[in-house]
Amino acid sequence: MTAAPTSDQLRFITCGSVDDGKSTLLGRLLYDAGLLRDDEKASLGDPPDFSRLLDGLALEREQGITIDVAFRYFSTARRDFIVADCPGHAQYTRNMATGASTASLALVLVDARKGVLTQTRRHSYICALLGIRRVVLAVNKMDLIDFDAGIFARIETEYRELAAKLGIESVTAIPLSALEGDNLALRSKRTPWYRGPTLLEFLEQVPALADADDAPMRLPVQWVNRPDLDFRGYAGNLVSGRVAVGDEVIALPSARRTKVARVLDGDGDVKNAVAGQAITLTLADEIDIARGDVIAGTHDAPEVADQFAAHILWMDEAPLLPGRLYFFQLGPASAVARVTAIRHGIDVDTQESTAATRLEMNEVGYVHLSLDHAIAFEPYAKNRALGGFVLIDRQSLATSACGTLDFALRRAANIHWQALSVDRAARAASMQQHARCMWFTGLSGSGKSTIANQVEQRLHALGRHTYLLDGDNVRHGLNRDLGFTDEDRVENIRRVAEVARLMVDAGLIVLVSFISPFRDERRMARDLFGADEFAEVFVDTPLAVCEARDPKGLYAKARAGELRNFTGVDSPYEIPLDPELHLRTEKESVDALARHVVEFLKHG
Amino acid sequence: MSTLSTLDRLEAESIHILREVAANFERPVLLYSIGKDSSVLLHLLLKAFRPAKPPMPMLHVDTTWKFREMIEFRDRRAHETGIKLIVHINPDGVRDGVGPFTHGASLHTEIMKTQALKQALDKYQFDAAIGGARRDEEKSRAKERVFSFRDAQHRWEPRRQRPELWNVYNARIHKGESVRAFPLSNWTELDVWRYIARENIPVVPLYFAAPRPVVERDGLIIMRDDERMVLAPGEKVRMETVRFRTLGCYPLTGAVRSHAANLDEIIAEMRDSRTTERQGRAIDHDPKSSMEAKKREGYF
Repeated sequence: MTAAPTSDQLRFITCGSVDDGKSTLLGRLLYDAGLLRDDEKASLGDPPDFSRLLDGLALEREQGITIDVAFRYFSTARRDFIVADCPGHAQYTRNMATGASTASLALVLVDARKGVLTQTRRHSYICALLGIRRVVLAVNKMDLIDFDAGIFARIETEYRELAAKLGIESVTAIPLSALEGDNLALRSKRTPWYRGPTLLEFLEQVPALADADDAPMRLPVQWVNRPDLDFRGYAGNLVSGRVAVGDEVIALPSARRTKVARVLDGDGDVKNAVAGQAITLTLADEIDIARGDVIAGTHDAPEVADQFAAHILWMDEAPLLPGRLYFFQLGPASAVARVTAIRHGIDVDTQESTAATRLEMNEVGYVHLSLDHAIAFEPYAKNRALGGFVLIDRQSLATSACGTLDFALRRAANIHWQALSVDRAARAASMQQHARCMWFTGLSGSGKSTIANQVEQRLHALGRHTYLLDGDNVRHGLNRDLGFTDEDRVENIRRVAEVARLMVDAGLIVLVSFISPFRDERRMARDLFGADEFAEVFVDTPLAVCEARDPKGLYAKARAGELRNFTGVDSPYEIPLDPELHLRTEKESVDALARHVVEFLKHG
Repeated sequence: MSTLSTLDRLEAESIHILREVAANFERPVLLYSIGKDSSVLLHLLLKAFRPAKPPMPMLHVDTTWKFREMIEFRDRRAHETGIKLIVHINPDGVRDGVGPFTHGASLHTEIMKTQALKQALDKYQFDAAIGGARRDEEKSRAKERVFSFRDAQHRWEPRRQRPELWNVYNARIHKGESVRAFPLSNWTELDVWRYIARENIPVVPLYFAAPRPVVERDGLIIMRDDERMVLAPGEKVRMETVRFRTLGCYPLTGAVRSHAANLDEIIAEMRDSRTTERQGRAIDHDPKSSMEAKKREGYF
């Protein structure tokens, strides 16, 4: 039987501006190194178009650009390579980040005629953000500047200054012609002044990302394995350190300590395991550990926190709005996250801080992040696996951002909820009612406040304790500082929802009457309450009817362009998909509709 | 310095992906196509959940035109591993007598593979299907994510793929949507064979060279596996020593002339190979970008 040779693997990316010739460079490198198969060579055409090897989507070949990252695999006698060919266009930066996240080296291409461009800076910044510390600066198209050593030196100097600013530790500059094959696999006779390695020589010799064998032991738990009552194993990939039978470990965030009873790999029991392996541990004591928890060595254990300073790269067409809730995923750990503040944006082209109230697609920001529960983590710079996360939009479920945790703003261990001996159930019972929040949503002029008023009068007559929070009233006081941009609408709803929650806590039936046009924010409000403490009431009146009524003359103003971001006119209203109550104002009278709400409160 | 080899790393990465699928989805399934990649996948699935049995069944979409040896091997492996095997055949295709000789490669594949797969996924309400596809197989595959999102019609939209960072996979989907997961994304054909050799994984004997009855047709060497292949005038069945680099429907899968009769010889042959493995697949030579087009329609 052939023993598999122990070979190491280098994962790298190629990036740079559009038309710098990235795809051509890789195609040519493989061609010159004799790594292409006959049918692949034939597919390049005659004369060969090397870029065709990688642009795999029909649309990419039609448009002659790279849209998504392509992975390519090749091996030389010395090493196995996985290369991610990344798109150059700014609009596909998210795909470039996909490639960069698993790479230990970046090949940054520049066109010798153009030098360091905005895209070069952008890509180098993203590489640095994602922890790449080693760059090959491939100065391409040297044939078009007659292999001028002076121009090459100027570009190298300029790039080294940029790299130093970004924290890229190592830069190797190589003069190339991808089209003609100079200094790729074969040393060029046309650059006698260049004494460094060819690209292939360099790639074969550069150290790969070292496994963190010597770092403290960390096992993020992916899967609890329970085939029968006698076996309870915690499965995952060991992201750093080593583990052996008998080792003392701590489970986080619970901070319970125990010892490792058994270590298993895919075949069965082993004595120990090292970083990078997929393993299963059993423990000496029965402690409650779930997916997303981390088992760590007791010495130098990771911190546990729920609030962080972090860098994020926004990747969604819908902008990041502070206050809005997103799903958070860090390895197997998930949570609900909110960006509590954008400290500042970062101009990725100049690396300067900018003022920002939101982040648009492909923008980077330095933010404060708050999770709904504490997790074990490490700063990304120390451990990618415990510091790299994504944010997921709760409606579209798209991956909206990637980010890196920098440090905890405060340790969760120091937070203690004030223990309250009189709780909301007790207060509501003393009022002999079921406290809850009725959330009326609908267009301006749909009749929300009219119906809510009627409901409150009826409840009052029944001896119920109520409070009506109305959009206009609140905006004159609590939310006086907020306008009508998307960001302010989110904050507006957040505050109102929090106030309503306190009032429900106090035992009241709270009627909230707000346009609240976005599903995300209504859901954010709902999530603050227990399952039977919140009901969404959709006051459904067609836009044309609201506009015809126009009780406050607002539609007329909006149509005249005097009022911006007006719901239904130039700002969207997302209709509730599954409201507890759906009130069609065209079908029934205000009296009848108010009666439905009161009936719901009696029996629902 | 690290002690893990490329194969150790690939194995760990694949097991991680398999566990992510099991942890995140309600009804995952392993798409078992009987070939060498499926053999590796099955082996990794057993490793990922040992000592428990894997928490998911296997699904084979049978076109009724697979090599007979493949079907025997499939049933034997299901029996040996104890994993539940679901076999789905498109009943409409059977009713209409669809086959590659009568309907052509494209239509046959569309009805008996792509449509059949979608039928099976809908019928059993699988929300995640694990496949053995590798990125080095084909150019559009090279662009695909490890967790490849599919809409309710099972379509792949290459322009709207979710960013996928590190090994953090976004497994969230709406009802009716699904994910195709590819644990072998980063494996090469050579990695697969080396791993099969290292781990002693059983594979279908068709991969090893042996004298077989073959016919040359349209530039492919086709093994005549049963009487349904009608010979054209002038065509003759000859015994030749051949083997297969990939396995699919026998009328669509070209053999290669080879004397590689064991794993060592296959690996040696692979190192010297001048062509890629999908060269022997008739279906890939159809229209331009055919793999991408098929994938958009829901093909694996």
